[in-house]
Amino acid sequence: MTDRFPPGTRVRTYDHDPAHHTRLPRYARGKRGVVVEPEGPAELADISAQGRGDAPLQQIYAVRFAARDLWGEGDHHVVLDLWESYLEEDPDER
Amino acid sequence: MSGDHSDAAIARRVRRMETLLEEKGVLSGARLDEIIDASLSGASPANGARVVARAWTDPGYRRRLLADGTAAVRELGFMEGSYQRLRVVENTADTHNVIVCTLCSCYPLRLLGPSPSWYKSEAYRSRVVREPRTVLAEFGLELPAGTEITVWDSSAETRYMVLPRRPEGTEGLGEEELAALVTRNALIGTAAV
Repeated sequence: MTDRFPPGTRVRTYDHDPAHHTRLPRYARGKRGVVVEPEGPAELADISAQGRGDAPLQQIYAVRFAARDLWGEGDHHVVLDLWESYLEEDPDER
Repeated sequence: MSGDHSDAAIARRVRRMETLLEEKGVLSGARLDEIIDASLSGASPANGARVVARAWTDPGYRRRLLADGTAAVRELGFMEGSYQRLRVVENTADTHNVIVCTLCSCYPLRLLGPSPSWYKSEAYRSRVVREPRTVLAEFGLELPAGTEITVWDSSAETRYMVLPRRPEGTEGLGEEELAALVTRNALIGTAAV
């Protein structure tokens, strides 16, 4: 499996509110971050949590966000583990 | 999606599922207890403390632990057969790490034992990602203003454990004595050693 986002890639999380289970927490939707590292592939929880057998295997990335970008304030960072389909390359960085 | 994570609702659901499993003859209550006991057997913060003490006394082990936590803890017999990945994050003189699971209560059970109730509370989960410095101070951990804080939100299949800083004045201590100094909260990042 090739990694779509190598470490250091600036990414943006999708900003949608699915009707089903997802592991993209609300506070991290539509936010800009930087890929720390790929963590290894796993079945996409959004699909497997629906009891479906066809969940795709996707790379998960550790993505680092500045508190200021998440909350508008703060000097810390938050790292989340996010499936590849939650991410797109940051359009402002292309 | 429901935002309701209150323990009462979950407890009711678990009890209902247990009853159904038993009624339908899938699993007896005794067998269920056996399975739960087996998955928790040997799960204790003493395991994480042993890993930390080894890393403090063996620089090669520390490097392996930070590079590949899962493989390094398996060297000591922990996390055998687990599908989860472990990442160990190291505190230094100017960086501090703390772990959380904002979506539910993911936690490195096999190394830390069952999680404390505050770890699963909405207050901790919602606040530590937003104002970690304040939350840590409430735990009694006052960090210098210049310390960079990283909060690790366990939102997928990786579990996190903090490698705390080795306290000064412990040069003469052996691995077992060092392990005895390491608390569960230090492994979560809500305390120092």
